[in-house]
Parts: sequence; structure tokens; C-alpha cells
Amino acid sequence: MTAIAPGKRRGLFGRKLIDRIIGLLSVLALFLAVAGMIWILWVVFARGASIISWTFLTQPSKPYGTLNGGIANALLGTVEITLGAILIGIPPALLGGIYLAVFGKGTKLGNAVRFSANVMMGMPSVVVGLFVYAIMVIPMGGPSGFAGSVALAVLMFPVVLRTTEDMLLMVPDALRESALALGCSRAGTAVRVICRSARSGLVTGIMLAVARVSGETAPLLFTVMWSDSWPMHYFTEPTANLPVLVTEYATNSPFEEQHTAGWGAALVVTLLVLLLNISTRIIFKEKHNGR
Amino acid sequence: MTNIPRKSIIDPACSDRLFRIAAAGSAFLVLVLLAGLLVQLGIGSAPAWREFGFGFLIGTGWDPVANVYGALPAIVGTLLTTAIALILAIPPAFVTALWLVDAPPGIGEILSQALDLLAAIPSVIYGMWGLFVLVPVMQDYVQPFLSETLKLGKIPIFGEYGNGFGYLTASLILALMILPYMSAVMRNVFRMTPSILRESAFGVGCTRWETAKDIVMRYGIRGLLGGVFIGLGRALGETMAVLFVIGNVVELPENLYASGTTIAATLANNFAEANGIMRSVLFALGLILLLLSLGVQVLAQYYLAMTGAGRGEK
Repeated sequence: MTAIAPGKRRGLFGRKLIDRIIGLLSVLALFLAVAGMIWILWVVFARGASIISWTFLTQPSKPYGTLNGGIANALLGTVEITLGAILIGIPPALLGGIYLAVFGKGTKLGNAVRFSANVMMGMPSVVVGLFVYAIMVIPMGGPSGFAGSVALAVLMFPVVLRTTEDMLLMVPDALRESALALGCSRAGTAVRVICRSARSGLVTGIMLAVARVSGETAPLLFTVMWSDSWPMHYFTEPTANLPVLVTEYATNSPFEEQHTAGWGAALVVTLLVLLLNISTRIIFKEKHNGR
Repeated sequence: MTNIPRKSIIDPACSDRLFRIAAAGSAFLVLVLLAGLLVQLGIGSAPAWREFGFGFLIGTGWDPVANVYGALPAIVGTLLTTAIALILAIPPAFVTALWLVDAPPGIGEILSQALDLLAAIPSVIYGMWGLFVLVPVMQDYVQPFLSETLKLGKIPIFGEYGNGFGYLTASLILALMILPYMSAVMRNVFRMTPSILRESAFGVGCTRWETAKDIVMRYGIRGLLGGVFIGLGRALGETMAVLFVIGNVVELPENLYASGTTIAATLANNFAEANGIMRSVLFALGLILLLLSLGVQVLAQYYLAMTGAGRGEK
């Protein structure tokens, strides 16, 4: 037996002390992070809640300098743009996910797609805004709600694709093989058996992706821009939406009233995103435990 | 199972093939989009590259009237804010992940969910909070404390006086934003360490910290690096939170308190009104940002694939 050189031996007390200190630091770091979150949410609630009223939620915003406007047009516009993004982005994402999980396991195309989707998930959203500007806003002659939907769909696409694949891969192989043995086609198996049994997981993935993009601002800044009118011309004209309204009121306005309106809009955005996020987690967790 | 159609009008083999083609096409769309992004930004930025050449990358001027543009201040600002944010966020991300993995189930679960919520808050909300709350706090308390009470003002990288806006404030917000992402990936890495390794370490008398440092960290170092790169990628491209608090001045950083800009903030601030050569310059900045973050993401995926930890996102 070789003894440890005396100089290298550390006392038990010192080692335990370091361990305790690190433990304390981790709790402190967690506390700081959670405190930061509570601080942000508290500020949004405290400053935004006072202005929330029926008129604020049902009146459209007013032109620059007129101060008693609401946010109804922006709320409606955000819903339009998000729904558009869902219609454009979700179907190909689901199909692509099915391909990766059912047909493309281990193929070159499958691996390339999986890798690229992972890479795309971390892409700056402002760059996607530039891309959509180049392919849609310039040819169409101006920003529109539709262009914003396309930008959000591009952001959502890789996320939903990858969660779909992950969820479908969790379905036991025996289920798939039984369906094939009964004479189902591979397409029929994929849709009627695999997707059906992974349904709650798929919905969760979609909802979380929707929650994530519905608060996105950067890609909308120049693809949708901003407007004070009701969002009636979704395909052709700038469309009102909440995130850009928050940005406009917070940075481009000297009026205290508009800052407050900005906080109100920020509160609505935050509630929208967090409620979507939390409720999805709760619903999915209950189903998961029930199984 | 009564409603399975016995006879389909379409030949099943044919519909099977159609479905397969549609699915493969959708998957292929990812590659098309990725290539399209590079090509479109390349086309959009071509006039700028022709005009300024690669000197654009090291140019420091920014004068829309004289049409002189350089990318260096934005690039340096992006790298600086990202670097500080990483320095601030890596240690807490590591220790929180460490603690959460071994935490008592109830508390650990709640705190993990809280961290996930921190990641779910839209970046424009971070920006607004930064502008109206954090900037005054930095100006009135943090910056005087750092430069006068701690006497850091004498060191050149800190300023003597700051107005609350600038690199330091932006980095702080970025650190808070990327912490939950990195912590989530690191949690996965810690969970993947075989428990036999950890238990053996405890068995020979290691403390928890020693086990983490000498066993878990060595075992999952690639996964941890992947997590760091995920955070790095987020910080590089974050737009709104930075835009609100960086001050938006196109200048090389004088010190940490100085106002400046990042690539993403420059894009968001100028693109809507830009035309002609300036729009092309902004496309060129976008291309630089895209290439930077593609590089970071490829590295992140490479390291994560080596450990199979997956992304921290759900």
C-alpha cells in the first residue's frame, strides 16, 4: 500500500467545509434566480394591473399622442398572427416528425434533418425576421400579418418537429409491429396507431411551442410592423400586435400614460404565455401520472 | 375498432407511398429553410460586401449620411455582452443543477419548474423590466457601489460613472435569461452519470462536492460544454432584452458602463427604416450573426450528441 503524501492530504474538516460552502452557494444561486423571476413578474403585475379594465381590453389603440387608447386591436392581431403561424407551421412539422420517427430512423436524410433541426432551434429569431423580410415583405411590397405568421412558423417548425419525433419514439415498438402484422399500411400505422397513442405528448409539444412564439417580438418588428387600426387586412397591411405595441410604447413614447398602457399590454402578454405554458405542463403531468 | 375501412378507394400501397413522400418532403423542408436562410442573407448582403469588402468586418465607422459602415463595434459588443453573461451565469447554472439533482423531491420539483418558467417569460418583458427597473437600480446603486465603494472605478475596464444603460446591464439580463437553459442541460447531464460511479465515490468517502467535481464533471464534461454552448447561442442572438438597455450607440466599448450595441440590437433598431446600401449592410450583419450562431450550435450539438444528453428544452 502506498500512503498518500502528507502534503496532498486534506483534513476532513476542510473538505466538509468546502462542501458546505458550495451547498450554501447553490442555494443562494437558486434563490437569486427565483427572486429575479418573482421580481420581474411582480413588477409587471404591479404596474400593469391598474390599467386593465373592460375599455382597455375592448378599445383599439389610438394614434401617437392620443392617450386613452386600449389594446384590443393588438390582442386580436396577436391571435390572428399566432393562429396563422400554427396553420402554416404545425402540419409540416408533424409530418416531418413522423418521417424522422417512423421512416427515417438511421437514414442519412433523417440524421441530417435531425441535426439541422437542432441547430435551427438555437437560431436568433431576429435573423428569421430578416429572412422572411427578404422572401415575403420585399416581393409583397410591404409588411403584413401574414409575413409575421410565416416568421413565427419558421421558428416553431424545428421545435415541433423534434418534440414530435421524441414523443413518437416513446411509443412501444410492439404496438407498431402488431398494427403492421394486422395488415395496416405503414402510413395507416403511423397516423392511426402511433400518433394516436402519443397524442397527449404531441399536444404538449405544440402548445409549448405556441407559448414560446406568441411572446416573440424581434421577428415581428419589420415583418408585421405596427398599426393603430383593427387588424382587418391580415394579408396585405401592417397588423397590430401586442409584443410590438409593448416595444413601441416603452421605447418610442415620452408619455407616462403610454408607458402604463405598455405595462398593461406586457401583463396581458405575460399572462397569455405563462397560462399557456403552466396549464400545458399541469395537464400533461396529470395524464402522464395517470398512465 | 369498428371503423377501419375495409375497402379503400385509393390503393393502400399508393397512399402509403404518397404519405411517405409528403412526410419526407416536410422533413426535407428543414434543410431547405436552413439553406434558404444562408442564401437569402447572402443575396441581401451582396451589395455591402461589394462596396466595403472584408474590411467591413474590421471597420469602426457608422455614418448613415456619408454611407460609411463598419461591423466591428456591433461584433465586439455582441461578443463582450455574451462573454460577461457566460462568466456570470456558468457558475450558478452549475451549482443549481448540482443541487437540484439531489434535492428533496418536492422542493426540487417546484424549483425546477420555477427555473423553467424563468425561461418561458418573453424576452420583451425582460427588456421592459430592464429599462424601467434595472437601469435605474444600476445607475443609483450598483454602479456607484462598484466604482466608489469597491474602488473598481480606478480599473480601466469599469467606468467612473455610468448612466445605467450599457454593456454591464445588458450582460446581467442576458445572464438571468440563459441561466435556466444551461441549468436544464446540466441537470440532464448530472442525471445521466451512472449511479454506480457516484455511489462508489460516496463509498470511498468523497463529499458531495468532490463527487461532483471529480466524478460527475469528468464523466459529463462534453455534455456540460454542450449546455454552455446552448446558453452561448441564446446570448449571441438575444434581441429585445438587449435592445432596451444597451443604449444603442455604435461605438467600440470604452468600458463596461459605456453604452454600445450588439448585432441583434443594431438590426432591430435600424432595419425598419433602412433602405439602399444600409439595408444591405444590415443584411450583412445578420449574415455574420447567423454564421456565428450556426457555428456555436453545431459545436453544442456535437458535444451533446457525444453524451446523448439532448437539449434542455421540452
